[in-house]
Amino acid sequence: MSKGVAITGMGIISAIGNNVQENYNSLISGKAGISKISHIETIHADEIMVGEIKTTNAEFEAQLGLSQNSFSRSPILGIIAAKEALVQAGISDINDYKTGLISSTTVGGMDKSEQYFHEYFESNEHWQHINGLHAGDSTKKIADAIGLKESFMTTISTACSSAANAIMLGARMIKSGKLDRAIVGGTDALSKFTINGFKTLMILSDTYNTPFDENRKGLNLGEAGAFLVLESDKIVGEKNRKVLAYVKGYGNSNDAFHQTASSENGDGAVLAMEKALKVAGLEPEQIDYVNAHGTATPNNDLSEGRALQRVFDEGKVPEFSSTKAFTGHTLAVAGGVEAIYSVLALQNNRVYPNLNFKTPMKEFDLLPQTEVKEKELNYVLSNSFGFGGNCSTLIISKEA
Amino acid sequence: MSKSVYINSVGSVSVQKTFDNSEFLNEITTYNDTVASVVNPDYKAYIPPTQARRMAKGIKMSTVSSQTALQEAGLENVDAIIVGTGLGCIGDSVKFVRDIIDNDEQFLTPTRFIQSSHNTVSGQIALGISCKGYNFTYVHAAVSFESCLIDAKMQLENDEAKNILVGGVDEMVKYHVDTHRLIGHIKSEPADSTRLLTVNTKGSVMGEGAHFFVLSNEKQESTYAELVAIETYNSIAQENIPNKIEAFLEENHMTIEDLDLVILGNNGDVDFDGYYENLSTGLFKDRPQAYYKHLSTEFDTASGFAFWLSAKILKTQTIPEVVKLNEIEVSNPRTILIYNQYRGENHSLMLLRKC
Amino acid sequence: MSELKLELKEKIIEQLNLEDIAIEEIADTDPLFGEGLGLDSIDALELIVMLDKDYGIKLADPKQGRTIFESIDSMATYIEEHRSR
Repeated sequence: MSKGVAITGMGIISAIGNNVQENYNSLISGKAGISKISHIETIHADEIMVGEIKTTNAEFEAQLGLSQNSFSRSPILGIIAAKEALVQAGISDINDYKTGLISSTTVGGMDKSEQYFHEYFESNEHWQHINGLHAGDSTKKIADAIGLKESFMTTISTACSSAANAIMLGARMIKSGKLDRAIVGGTDALSKFTINGFKTLMILSDTYNTPFDENRKGLNLGEAGAFLVLESDKIVGEKNRKVLAYVKGYGNSNDAFHQTASSENGDGAVLAMEKALKVAGLEPEQIDYVNAHGTATPNNDLSEGRALQRVFDEGKVPEFSSTKAFTGHTLAVAGGVEAIYSVLALQNNRVYPNLNFKTPMKEFDLLPQTEVKEKELNYVLSNSFGFGGNCSTLIISKEA
Repeated sequence: MSKSVYINSVGSVSVQKTFDNSEFLNEITTYNDTVASVVNPDYKAYIPPTQARRMAKGIKMSTVSSQTALQEAGLENVDAIIVGTGLGCIGDSVKFVRDIIDNDEQFLTPTRFIQSSHNTVSGQIALGISCKGYNFTYVHAAVSFESCLIDAKMQLENDEAKNILVGGVDEMVKYHVDTHRLIGHIKSEPADSTRLLTVNTKGSVMGEGAHFFVLSNEKQESTYAELVAIETYNSIAQENIPNKIEAFLEENHMTIEDLDLVILGNNGDVDFDGYYENLSTGLFKDRPQAYYKHLSTEFDTASGFAFWLSAKILKTQTIPEVVKLNEIEVSNPRTILIYNQYRGENHSLMLLRKC
Repeated sequence: MSELKLELKEKIIEQLNLEDIAIEEIADTDPLFGEGLGLDSIDALELIVMLDKDYGIKLADPKQGRTIFESIDSMATYIEEHRSR
């Protein structure tokens, strides 16, 4: 059984809060962040609901001391989350140990690219956003904001499993001795691009998303920035860190079934969960709570439900819930948001409710947790699945 | 004790005719332009029409390149697939955005959106060979490909995998070229590829390519070379680069004198080639030097071409005249260092050794 | 009706990039999905957009497509009954 990698800091901004504490308060009080869209002009505004952060870019830029319209929204959300994580970890000099920044995103600066798509050729007023179309540009801006120099820095984009993979890579690099510290997570802002993209796949709900419900109509898109600080035992010892929780297990696999859909039996999801359990050295029955991917699309919830039944055999699936009904589906960041929620669950011994659930699915008798439940938690399993067959699982533990 | 990592096969689709592994830059494609496209293989010979119908160019190039690498390694499947791409299938992304704007968000179809997802290449390769193993996509500008190598090397050293398909791919698209020319990243005037380093103009010549390799912790007959070490840095002050390189070599128990060849990423951009020239005339002045971007052009995963070039040089023990940057000769190259950066950022060092 | 069927075959070949298939190769009763023409769920979404754009038919649930897109015959029948343009 291998030792977990210490999590010493967390930062998050999402539709249910501008920091870790606000997010936790919303989760415990059942306060969802799903609403009509206000920041993006779209003809679909009346047909969709989103998990939108209400603060405007202008307000954020003023808060961060940036000039107006200098950054797209993804790096802004990322900077806010990364800074909070560093403060919590108590890091004042980011370059004092061998540190890496591993971010993730699906859209990067697409919100600006689509806004000025034709205008770039008419005026140079917004050329600062041209290079923002590179996914890595958002990561560079976060690195600059936290002062990271001469260091390992990369960006992962594996659709909706991206941030889970960033956390996995960070943990692996620390375990292998390549890094002493990894700032891991992701950032994705809402954009017309994703709204219309998911619309063409006909998996956007026109009302509040209802994970694992028989009558689920699809997902609500969301936006968020979420970062965690992972540190080696060396730093934890030398700096006398307070460890919040540990990245105990991780698994990555490909469903190799379809470009966008998950296989009916959830093969990839099963493999990812099994690998994570193996890395953690745990048996399925030791998992106390599953934070499911649970996007509320017909396909995901069926596939994931079947996979859960296969991993935790004979109806022994532990308490599980999807927090997508609170935040919407934050795409690349979902795995980061939910890893933070998993840590908070462990710290507070609370299982979050799966909001909006009414009718069990006819294919199986899985019932998500619908009320906040107090329970001694030691191991939380969190799933993230994406397009391209990407399936990832993290196991977060209270003790190393 | 960690295991050694070998490059067991290569596959390339580039601005040069590199898709045939039996050749090694036998014929050189020159250009006098600001952009250059790949020499296309006969995609139909590799991809059934039912699969090809939705494929963006980046996926087609990657399919040919990855199939070539798998075949040469004698593998039908691998333990992991790791792909690097600066922009993914940017052509479809751009078309989808244009459709959104020009059709006022109506009558949009899903194919372009699906192909826009950065991980579409790694996903489709996995789908094609039914690989349920580890699957990753790195999208970090000029170190996208290097990130794959770092990840793969870690897994192979720790014996978490035996064979890993790694690759870098980027496709060239008009809109992207036009916008990046506006901000001076791409040349405004044509550059002659035979004298790229003396054109003295701003920006680079933009191109495309797909380079795939099977990395393994077991040597076999097809093995090209050993990947000894790789490191990336988000930034390095120009005056600090020699120190960084020396420290990197020292970590690998080597000195500058051990390098039989240094491959540099000069791309003819008068604003940034200084990073390389300082090394050419300084740290590396007594070492044999080569460059490649006059052959590959510039794109986020262009260093994949340098990796391909190094593997070929070490296996064939020949250094093509066309890549030589100085007059210093080396008869049997054993150790190669590749140094790359783009616009002063995302520096990478890759160390390869003959085995 | 036969004119509509011919039109549908042309559109399917063009929109779904079935370059190597000729109109004559698609029989009115051939299954379009699975065996037969080999279309998949992404093609179904493409066809749903075609119904909307060219014939003014909006499908809210992609599952409806399964029966409508069974063959050229079934598509033509459905379009004739529901078209608004």
